[in-house]
Amino acid sequence: MAFLELSNLEKVFGTNRVVTDFTMGIEKGEFVSLLGPSGCGKTTVLRMVAGFETPTSGAIRIDGQDVTGQRTNQRAIGMMFQAYALFPNMTVADNVGFGLKVKGVPREERKDRVAEMLRLIGLPDLGSRFPFQLSGGQQQRVALARALAPRPRVLLLDEPLSALDAKVRVSLRNEIRDIQRELGITAIFVTHDQEEAMSISDRIVVMNGGIAEQVGAPFEIYNNPRTRFVAGFVGTLNMLSATVEDPAERMLTLAGQRVVLARGEIATPRGETVTLALRPEAIHLGRAEGCEVALPATVEEVHFLGSVIRIRARVAGTVVALDTFNRPDQPPPPPGSAAEISFAARDVILLAD
Amino acid sequence: MTRFLAWTAFLLGVLYFILPLIGMTEFSLKMRRGEYSFDAYRAVFGDPRFWETFSYSLTLAAATIVFGVLLVVPTAYWVRLKLPQARPIIEFITLLPLVIPAIVIVFGYIRLYNTSSILPLTGSALGTDILLTMGYATLALPYMYRAVDTGLRTIDVATLTEAAQSLGAGWFTILARIILPNVLVAVLSGAFLTLAIVIGEFTMAALLNRPAFGPFMQLLGANRAYEPPALAVIAFAITWGCMGLIQLVTRFSKHERAKV
Ligand SMILES: Nc1ncnc2c1ncn2[C@@H]1O[C@H](COP(=O)(O)OP(=O)(O)O)[C@@H](O)[C@H]1O
Ligand SMILES: [Mg+2]
Repeated sequence: MAFLELSNLEKVFGTNRVVTDFTMGIEKGEFVSLLGPSGCGKTTVLRMVAGFETPTSGAIRIDGQDVTGQRTNQRAIGMMFQAYALFPNMTVADNVGFGLKVKGVPREERKDRVAEMLRLIGLPDLGSRFPFQLSGGQQQRVALARALAPRPRVLLLDEPLSALDAKVRVSLRNEIRDIQRELGITAIFVTHDQEEAMSISDRIVVMNGGIAEQVGAPFEIYNNPRTRFVAGFVGTLNMLSATVEDPAERMLTLAGQRVVLARGEIATPRGETVTLALRPEAIHLGRAEGCEVALPATVEEVHFLGSVIRIRARVAGTVVALDTFNRPDQPPPPPGSAAEISFAARDVILLAD
Repeated sequence: MTRFLAWTAFLLGVLYFILPLIGMTEFSLKMRRGEYSFDAYRAVFGDPRFWETFSYSLTLAAATIVFGVLLVVPTAYWVRLKLPQARPIIEFITLLPLVIPAIVIVFGYIRLYNTSSILPLTGSALGTDILLTMGYATLALPYMYRAVDTGLRTIDVATLTEAAQSLGAGWFTILARIILPNVLVAVLSGAFLTLAIVIGEFTMAALLNRPAFGPFMQLLGANRAYEPPALAVIAFAITWGCMGLIQLVTRFSKHERAKV
């Protein structure tokens, strides 16, 4: 049994079913992200774990103990909010020590622990400041220290980086991940930013309309998205229509060319169309080595992004995006020029919808 | 032209308020024939009843403030947190004391809590003091509630509450260590308003027959010539002192917020 067990969680607000049959086990020390568009129920799942919302049905177990009916302040959880939520009337040190004080930890021990936490977040000298004297990134760091100080069993983070500017966001997410690893604390991280989720999670839960569509490691989610929604939400995806030739042999025709897929089950009968998906980095300009499929294309747009050049080209009636690495000896083709694109059949993702 | 009219209106207003005050102050200084003196003030301050009634009213004001804070802060907090849709109703209720005359309230009290009732509060001095404190708290409710509610608006009540809960805090800890300290400035301004109201209140204290400052002013006014205006000036000074303190506290709070 996993350390944190969420079993068949459901949440209904009035007539609005916000979370449907959410089940998953999270191992001790694991970092799991809930990823999905705004309004898909991520926060609601997190708030049920925190005890701010009572599940309409289902159960939550932490370390074998059923906490479903427990109040928040008995659950020994730590929480980080998007809106920092530091207590404005207290110094940084008092904020960090608040949970310990509530617990009745003696003053000396509390002081040591607060100092330790401030060192952990890299702000050892700011204990006597007030929250309003700190930058957003510093405040959120203090919020992390405050959540971790009482040694919670689970750390819950609800879009803690959304209010910060881009640079701080990236550095702080790595810092959060490092601290989480160092302490070995179990964490659930809510975000709508797929890059954020991919870069720091052990596993990602992609949610859509209150349902967990797919659970898996970032590599798995990105390379083997099970549904069209997951594929579209995580990363950029090119969709191409193909006609089924032989379902058993995974044989299709795409723009007059025969493609034999390396993986996936084709449930569609012969003669019908299916949707194939390709990541931008799986499509190459020109005929690349190991690519069985080559198609004529017209270059429409060229975006030079530095190390990567993103090209949008029209292929078989649709526009696809493809990424190539920048090479000083190989300038990108001008827009409007004719080109050939190629991809390997093993990179094709078959979407189940 | 509009500027001129505005200034005229302003000046008329000032005259309307200031002239009587000046006249009254001037008169209070004329106790000694032919010269200005503070004799009337000396007489007031020399009267032991002044100090007795004043300290009595001060004590009741303190009790009223404590009771008001204990009643209003948790209520306003709870309404903001759990019953935001009930806010207009609560606000309306807190405004009722402004439209219901104090005399109606106090007659209601006397009817409900007289010596032959189940809870004969008017039967003892302490009971009557408690009743009077409740009455004062009712009179101060509109001001206290608005002050505290405005104070609560400046903090994110819901998120701070949840943050505290996630750290293990219960309701009492949240109210005492997070909510109250954050609305302290608002509570203080509400407290000074309450003080000003209680010090000058006449109807309730007189009808409940308690030795408060208001009835003393009335008594003096009925029997003397020069002391009543002196007392009125003193009462004004106290009220204005309270207003000044509110200003000071508010200034302080703005200063605090400006730093954020
Ligand atoms: N307390 C509530 N009462 C009614 N509806 C709510 C409440 N909280 C959330 N919802 C609804 O539930 C849905 C999911 O919300 P939420 O979990 O906050 O989504 P997310 O965090 O993924 O953006 C939204 O449609 C929202 O309007
Ligand atoms: Mg959310």
